[in-house]
Amino acid sequence: MKLGTPKETFPGENRVALTPDSAKQLQKLGHECYIEAGAGAAAGFADAMYEAAGVSVVQTAAELWKEVDIIAKVRQPNETELKRLTAEKTLISFFNPAGNKDGLELAKSKGATVIAMEMVPRISRAQKMDALSSMANIAGYRAVIEAGNNFGRFFTGQVTAAGKVPPAKVLIVGAGVAGLAAIGTSTSLGAITYAFDVRPEVAEQVESMGAEFVYLDFEEAQQDGAATGGYASVSSPEFREAQLAKFHELASQVDIVITTALIPNREAPELWTEDMVKVMKPGSVIVDLAAEKGGNCKLTVADEKIVTDNGVTIIGYTDFPSRMATQSSILYATNIRHMMADLTPEKDGVVNHNMEDDVIRGATVTHKGEITWPPPPPKVAAIAAQKPKEKVKELSPEEKRAKEIATFKAETKRQVTLLGVGGGLLLAVGLVAPASFMQHFIVFVLSVFIGFQVIWNVSHSLHTPLMAVTNAISSIIILGALMQIGSGSFLVILLAALSAFMAGINIFGGFLVTRRMLAMFQKS
Amino acid sequence: MEFGFTTAAYVVAAVLFILSLGGLSGQESAKRAVWYGIVGMALAVFATLIGPGSGLWLLSVTLIAVGGIIGWYVANKVEMTEMPQLVAAMHSLVGLAAVFVGFNAHFEMANVAAIMANAPTSLNEAGLLAWVHEQHLGTFAELIVHKTSVELSILKVELFLGIFIGAVTFTGSVIAYGKLAGKMTSAAKKLLGGHVLNAGAAIISVLALIWYFNTGGLLPVLVMTAMALFIGYHLIMGIGGADMPVVVSMLNSYSGWAAAAIGFSLGNDLLIVVGALVGSSGAILSYIMCKAMNRSFVSVILGGFGGTTGSAMEVEGEHKPIDVDGVAAALDEADSVIIIPGYGMAVAQAQQNVAELTRKLRAKGKKVRFAIHPVAGRLPGHMNVLLAEAKVPYDIVLEMDEINEDFPDTDVVIVIGSNDIVNPAAQEDPNSPIAGMPVLECWKAKQVFVSKRGQGTGYSGIENPLFYKDNTRMYYGDAKDSIGALLATV
Repeated sequence: MKLGTPKETFPGENRVALTPDSAKQLQKLGHECYIEAGAGAAAGFADAMYEAAGVSVVQTAAELWKEVDIIAKVRQPNETELKRLTAEKTLISFFNPAGNKDGLELAKSKGATVIAMEMVPRISRAQKMDALSSMANIAGYRAVIEAGNNFGRFFTGQVTAAGKVPPAKVLIVGAGVAGLAAIGTSTSLGAITYAFDVRPEVAEQVESMGAEFVYLDFEEAQQDGAATGGYASVSSPEFREAQLAKFHELASQVDIVITTALIPNREAPELWTEDMVKVMKPGSVIVDLAAEKGGNCKLTVADEKIVTDNGVTIIGYTDFPSRMATQSSILYATNIRHMMADLTPEKDGVVNHNMEDDVIRGATVTHKGEITWPPPPPKVAAIAAQKPKEKVKELSPEEKRAKEIATFKAETKRQVTLLGVGGGLLLAVGLVAPASFMQHFIVFVLSVFIGFQVIWNVSHSLHTPLMAVTNAISSIIILGALMQIGSGSFLVILLAALSAFMAGINIFGGFLVTRRMLAMFQKS
Repeated sequence: MEFGFTTAAYVVAAVLFILSLGGLSGQESAKRAVWYGIVGMALAVFATLIGPGSGLWLLSVTLIAVGGIIGWYVANKVEMTEMPQLVAAMHSLVGLAAVFVGFNAHFEMANVAAIMANAPTSLNEAGLLAWVHEQHLGTFAELIVHKTSVELSILKVELFLGIFIGAVTFTGSVIAYGKLAGKMTSAAKKLLGGHVLNAGAAIISVLALIWYFNTGGLLPVLVMTAMALFIGYHLIMGIGGADMPVVVSMLNSYSGWAAAAIGFSLGNDLLIVVGALVGSSGAILSYIMCKAMNRSFVSVILGGFGGTTGSAMEVEGEHKPIDVDGVAAALDEADSVIIIPGYGMAVAQAQQNVAELTRKLRAKGKKVRFAIHPVAGRLPGHMNVLLAEAKVPYDIVLEMDEINEDFPDTDVVIVIGSNDIVNPAAQEDPNSPIAGMPVLECWKAKQVFVSKRGQGTGYSGIENPLFYKDNTRMYYGDAKDSIGALLATV
């Protein structure tokens, strides 16, 4: 099928949904690729590069929308673009279905299929097309870089001939993908990094990235991140209280604050209050990655950088990925390419829109003239539910005693039964068998008994030597052969001789190999 | 004719054998224990040679010496990775020897019966014995003469049993050897008819016993031997490679029971004692192995994984490969490392490289330990022997129960050539064929590296969700080469 990418119409948007590399991969899936002239220019991909990769360059957007079957773009489409859709066309893009009712209705009336990249479910299999994560990763990185750009000092501490430089202290609120990326960037630049998240289970991830997790003095049933698909949810007022108190305490110490707290389909929670901004040192920087949804700091102005009266810079840009258009285009185009790979399982250029597939079903918001949003919950949970820890019940002394007696009784009962049955069988045999047999039989039974007693104590690691040694001593059968070898019959002598010979191999081989093995076991 | 000295020597030998097995409870006492075994065996053979086995003793000594030289040569040449084959091969020798000795007992019995028929009827009992002694029949034959008719019947049953078990052990061990040495396919194979064939052969053997009991002829013994040989062959053919630890210990047990049965028919107490010791030892080992796989002994013997209901859980995600630098970097940062070796390590002969890696990591102050699952490898305790050969100190080699709780505090786990024993499906998926089998919970560690030849499923063909976990990385390649490459970079 024909897949095309128009130039982004949103002002200031530099990204592009198709790169020359991703086009090559898409062609391998059997698709033809088209691009509007100049679409990749802002991201550093010239039309000539696309042509070299076998992409047809189309002059105008209108022509492109008409020509192709699948349109891949980055930003939520505007009305003009949506009107260009027809029933045969598929649009892959960010769509914001929760806040774009008109867009959904319009796409539905056109009968087109729309795949919203932000709706890709968070399951392992779909990670390769999770555009939210790949963009958040870039935003996290860029947030630290922007903060550094507006911060007057080093990140890393140094002792130089010109004096001692203290390291910068960075606090990152929200340890999602963006938060973790910011932690990684910040620690690698040398800053002392603290991080906070309402989900205590991410503490381990935070610490693995080299930051210190900020714990609250707060007792509450742990929120299970699994219940909400790995996203944060709204916390209780008491929890919020404790959290704000902690932040207040930190505010005067930290130089850079990066807030990334977002709750799906809600206004961003206010975490960094005006009071906190007031106690921060002049020259400090706040980067609010939640600016688009109102900001974690109420002073934040979306898409702008402001400086407060006490000299704190607050950055409210919402276009961090677009500021690194080359990197974000490469990642986004790869996400799109993976989505297409799932849509064309046969690699024959024919799209199979399989609504049974969790990922495709989840991301599709309109299909065949119907709105299919919100999707049913995916069949596979994103994160395995945390198992409640089993509490080992402390037994009272009486209960313990009772339990011990019970096990003792059960054991006694078992042993007595076994002995009874064994003894009974022995007596039964004794009734019919002659005395000479019984003599041997008693030896046999006692030996089995000793064998069981002895072998249970053999250590696990010595099981192979045990086999070798039992093998060697089972060649005791040689005694039988030796006793028969003196017989008159030739056949008997021959067979006995062969047996003695084979047992001889076994005796020497078995003992020697056991000795060899045992000699190898040594203590450190 | 009584051999007081011989009997005394037998008692001493029996005590030495018991001490020899008991000494295996610890690595240090084991070194002493093996000497008890050797002395016991020497004593037993010597006492027999100067006593009841004195006929043609020169031939006996020569044959033992020749056999001994071969045994010596094999024992010194064998690689530690080939231990399972060697043990199986040696079992087959014991089995065959038991069959021969059993046949001899039958021939002697027939001889004695023929001679007794010609004995002068005028003699009283003492005179009869003297007359028999003059016939130079050998000690065993004289023993038979003493027997009453009931005792003779019991003797028939005993030697019949001895030959039967010996024959099953013989072919079974030969097949096990073939499978373990890779000389035949290790997959479970059955002839048309499956267990019905085995059952049929067993029934024919029982019928042959009744026939023999009544006539005492050679033919029923031959028929039964053929049947037993078939059962041994078919039984072991039907058991897959992953169950080999159970098979080998089971054959070990059989070889003991065969010796005990022969001991009964020869009236030799030492044979009975040793046979019973070996038999119970093998039985206990089989039990331990079965328990480690959470399977009943019967289901192992009947072969193949069976009895599952419903389809196994679908595994989501994909294998995430990693290269040598990634593994090296992770090892560099780790404080505690656990290595889980499996049969793959033995196949690739990677134990030396693994040991070298352990030494290097320990020299850097890291805590390195080994976790051994009871059924890792093809022989009980197989991994311990390989690691010992490579001079890994045994106090860092731990059993499953000792180490399973430590995984959550471990930074890096390296899985080398094992599959089912680290399969989380055993705990998470009630429909999995291995559900309920105790496994090493390595996925609880921070990071898991799996050294594996390719993407295929393991021996049992069961999908392993461990390979799809987020903290698992696949380090593809031959275990020996991959660990070697790691040695150069760590």
